[in-house]
Amino acid sequence: MCTTCGCGIGQTLIAGHALKQPRKPGKVMRYRVHEEGAVLAHPHTHQHGVLNGALDFGAGAAGTHAPGISQSRMVKIERDILAKNNDYAAENRDYFSTHGIFALNLVSSPGSGKTTLLVKTIAALHGALPIVVIEGDQQTDNDAARIRAAGAPALQINTGKGCHLDAYMVGQAMQQLPLQDKSLLLIENVGNLVCPASFDLGEAHKVVILSVTEGEDKPLKYPDMFRAADLMLLNKCDLLPYLEFDAGLAVDYARRINPALKVIRISASSGEGMTEWLDWVALGCRNAALRRTESPA
Amino acid sequence: MHEMSLAESVLQIIEDTARMQGYTRVKTVWLEIGQLACVEQESLRFCFDVVMCDSIAHQARLEITETAGQGRCAKCSIEMPIAALYEACPKCGSYEIHVIGGDEMRVKELEVE
Ligand SMILES: Nc1nc2c(ncn2[C@@H]2O[C@H](COP(=O)(O)OP(=O)(O)OP(=O)(O)O)[C@@H](O)[C@H]2O)c(=O)[nH]1
Ligand SMILES: [Mg+2]
Ligand SMILES: [Zn+2]
Ligand SMILES: [Zn+2]
Ligand SMILES: [Zn+2]
Repeated sequence: MCTTCGCGIGQTLIAGHALKQPRKPGKVMRYRVHEEGAVLAHPHTHQHGVLNGALDFGAGAAGTHAPGISQSRMVKIERDILAKNNDYAAENRDYFSTHGIFALNLVSSPGSGKTTLLVKTIAALHGALPIVVIEGDQQTDNDAARIRAAGAPALQINTGKGCHLDAYMVGQAMQQLPLQDKSLLLIENVGNLVCPASFDLGEAHKVVILSVTEGEDKPLKYPDMFRAADLMLLNKCDLLPYLEFDAGLAVDYARRINPALKVIRISASSGEGMTEWLDWVALGCRNAALRRTESPA
Repeated sequence: MHEMSLAESVLQIIEDTARMQGYTRVKTVWLEIGQLACVEQESLRFCFDVVMCDSIAHQARLEITETAGQGRCAKCSIEMPIAALYEACPKCGSYEIHVIGGDEMRVKELEVE
């Protein structure tokens, strides 16, 4: 843990083991530092860390805001801060598409029913196709244990105080899972409606789960997430008779942010609406598998 | 919040470029952060100092340029400044506004030795 502010750098664990990372003794650990020549289970399709267009402007040359002291010089970078994550995400996505894997990134606030949904989904699709789960939580192995009890292999990523999964963590987790061709990969992100929106994991779709106990205006308060998602599951609809939640208004708000958003009303507990969700998943799996067979291996 | 991992990514970009450009110390870092990028600047400044602490960018100065949010209405195509993603088009009232600027997070430039 960082001694300055107590933040969670380097606390990421996959199945209880520290994420592979080069560690300089006595220095803060950073999980995203890329090891040169790190061995990945699937082939690299591109080089990491290649900086296109990094120009050196030479000694103090392009310095409108640079005081030209000593040997200072300006270096133009022009690089997206999330570029590295996007590189890893592209690698994951590439792997999914060549292996016909349908990957979903499930995002929501804490407790909206992601794990319950996954457990029910596994129970329903068990035997129809191979399902593998990556669980992201700050602490505990509870959710992965619930998934294993439901009959699917699951790997827990504990992010420590980190509030989202990133594509590197998922790539590492993928190597430790029995990922078969033409399978379904369900990734349960850390319960958080903010930053998982910015971190592409390589998934086919982000699925945002909003439960009816959370208030209709969540989409307006967390617009980035509702914009990043392709499907919204409105969960816990079994509770609607007991609440003053206006489901229509919640959907309106969500579509304001994202007019193309598909919405399915479900209850993971009672099973209401689950058929439509399962059909959507099955269709995605079929298409991912088809696309694989069409392209040469 | 994810400002800590953003600061981590900034350091990674700095270290990657250091190898190629052969500098050993970073004195100033210029970032461009869009208004709609969902980044808390104060938090990013704090995390920046923490993360750079043991690195070649120890005590580097952080300069942040904020770019304004800009949107285009999908219905009537007018362009407008936007401060949030849920705003309606001032002309036709549609909420289908596409962000065309102000969501960027980039490392622009470094002053190095
Ligand atoms: N009434 C009702 N309760 C539900 C439903 N789905 C989930 N729950 C309950 O909501 C609580 C939280 O469910 P989880 O599945 O653990 O939620 P989660 O999103 O995985 O939570 P985190 O991983 O901690 O963010 C549990 O008590 C569930 O039983 C539903 O459809 N209806
Ligand atoms: Mg859960
Ligand atoms: Zn810290
Ligand atoms: Zn985060
Ligand atoms: Zn308009």
